[in-house]
Amino acid sequence: MTQLPDGRFVDDEPYDPDASLQTLERSDMDAPNMVLVWRKFKQHRLGLFSGIALLIAYLMIPFAGFIAPYTANERQPDYLFSPPQSVEWTHEGEFIGPFVYPITSEADLETFQWKFTADETRPMKLKFFCEASSYKVAGLFKTNKHLFCAPEGATVFLWGSDRLGRDVFSRVSYGAQLSLTVGLIGITVSFILGIGFGSIAGYFGGKIDWVINRVIEILRSLPELPLWMALSAAVPSNWGPVAVFFIISIILGILDWPGLARAVRAKFLSLREEEYVKAAEMMGANSSRVIRKHLLPNFMSHLIASASLSIPAMILGETALSFLGLGLRAPAVSWGVMLNDAQNLASIEIYPWTAIPMLPIIFIVLAFNFLGDGLRDSLDPYSS
Amino acid sequence: MAILRYALYRFATMLLTLVVVSALVFVIINLPPGDYLSNQINELRASGQSAGIAKAEFLRTEYALDRPVYQQYLIWVGFIPGPNGFSGLLQGDFGWSFEFDSPVAEIVGDTLWLTVLVNLAAVLFVYVVALPLGVLAAAKSKTWVDYTSAFVGYIGLATPNFLLALILFYYGNKYFDLPIGGLMDPVFEGEPLGWEKVKSILIHLIVPTFVIGTSGAAGMMQRLRANLLDELGKPYVETAIAKGMGPTRMLTKYPLRMAFNPFVADIGNLLPSMVSGSVLVSVVLGLQTIGPTLLTALKTQDLFLSGFVLMFVALLTLVGTMISDVLLVLLDPRIQYEGRET
Repeated sequence: MTQLPDGRFVDDEPYDPDASLQTLERSDMDAPNMVLVWRKFKQHRLGLFSGIALLIAYLMIPFAGFIAPYTANERQPDYLFSPPQSVEWTHEGEFIGPFVYPITSEADLETFQWKFTADETRPMKLKFFCEASSYKVAGLFKTNKHLFCAPEGATVFLWGSDRLGRDVFSRVSYGAQLSLTVGLIGITVSFILGIGFGSIAGYFGGKIDWVINRVIEILRSLPELPLWMALSAAVPSNWGPVAVFFIISIILGILDWPGLARAVRAKFLSLREEEYVKAAEMMGANSSRVIRKHLLPNFMSHLIASASLSIPAMILGETALSFLGLGLRAPAVSWGVMLNDAQNLASIEIYPWTAIPMLPIIFIVLAFNFLGDGLRDSLDPYSS
Repeated sequence: MAILRYALYRFATMLLTLVVVSALVFVIINLPPGDYLSNQINELRASGQSAGIAKAEFLRTEYALDRPVYQQYLIWVGFIPGPNGFSGLLQGDFGWSFEFDSPVAEIVGDTLWLTVLVNLAAVLFVYVVALPLGVLAAAKSKTWVDYTSAFVGYIGLATPNFLLALILFYYGNKYFDLPIGGLMDPVFEGEPLGWEKVKSILIHLIVPTFVIGTSGAAGMMQRLRANLLDELGKPYVETAIAKGMGPTRMLTKYPLRMAFNPFVADIGNLLPSMVSGSVLVSVVLGLQTIGPTLLTALKTQDLFLSGFVLMFVALLTLVGTMISDVLLVLLDPRIQYEGRET
């Protein structure tokens, strides 16, 4: 960019008057669809950041035990409802690296609460890559390495501790394992059902379309939560945590598919009449091949975008169910199960940190919303 | 007359849907292994109380629970008469709650109209909030008004309802002296409806309405904004501005009317989620609506009580959706009277 003496700016690039205005873009437009989508998605800053944040969050799931200083159900009976401890760097003006002040608890017999006092004379340095209680990485091999842990004779409750003296921070990172995957399993179920029924209805039409359409309408017109509640109340109480987790995810998915099926059906209705479908049919492709190879790839990306918009609903659904005591149950740890502790006004007022799991929930739900918005906007690279 | 025909058609489809829903509900409430009475009988037998067993056995035959499931269903709905005068939902006999040991109608009683009231208030709240905010956000798009409302909307969408309820209750009580818990002052419970009681209910409604309505209002606001922005780019808007119309009059006279349709149509999508929200929020806040009843009924496998509550909740949403569909046709004559095809 050069500035002419009269103050105008002129581009230094050589100017070819014969070149069509679109030439530069045209080589772009020949790129594969994925590249175009990615190029456009990159410009959607919020969506991009959300996507990266979610990727990091999901990648951390197998290492929840490593990040957490304690294990999920490890109790510190002397520290019930301990408030969050802050990690300090300097003690009396002197830099000594990350450390905590040890806290001691004392029962206040007038208010019947635990009172915690920090001993501000004894800074105790945090240990890193240290050994503490053992856990399993990704459920496979046992180890006792932690990213950081409490110094000897002290505790490190970054986000406080709950009514049984369990570290809230550790539980949040363990809870992510269930809370984040519940949406993925649910959406898989919903995808299979939605694409299955939607494509059958849209491709074959006629009576079967009518029946599926009515089912979709009925399911969409019913309030989800009472049905979720009723279905999860039917889960036998003697099932193990893992079985309950899977069945809850499936329940969440079962009631979510109608929206997806509707979208798939509408697409199929319009695509069914295209020439390439006719051509494929005339060459003898059977209907399942036409659906899988010729029709579905056309709008798979749209489906993925809409899926990323319905995962948050499932995460919130799991939270609500667990909160009501109908979803996952202790000893399983999920954000909803943790919030079960923050169920009354007293805990919000006296122990506000027990409600901390709501922060990751809000964060994840927002991130999925932004990611979905970004994907949806960038899926049509040719629109301006 | 066409509109009347359409209304009748919608009513008929709603009734059919209700029949299907009743079957669905009956299957769901029968899913848990075992049932309340046999559990009770086993328990009583274990503790050796024969008087209770006789009563439980009596209830079993009285409400036809010893028959095959399909007959139980038909009797429960009221398609075929029950054995001993139990006539089913259609005849207004909602059955017996085993947990509370009294007729279902007596237990739900007051909570029914309170449920309707809470949901109605929430729907009103959604309209009252979403309409001006959505219009404002579209008219002043890409300014701080737009961004703030979008931000608040996103937060409203992402926060779990029940936590929002707890937090608002706490701060509402602390700073604005709003009452905590319930839908009315305890002194008014069971009293006849009077001015003081209405006032107490209204004050108690503030927080629940806000909590239930927020996420719905956020979604509605975003959609109204998007629709209005689409309309604002069209040539007729330019014409209106060019001929010298004031911005407010121009906005309300043309584009708003176009953007308004989805506003009414959406209530059909909105209502199920609002009713869901109200159930959850009621449990948390201890409102005397149908929500807490449903939770206890489901947990104790109280067959008739949970069945009735689920049916009522479904009826509420279906009626709401039907009304919105009929209103939509009144509002926009371009919409076909026959079923909605996508």
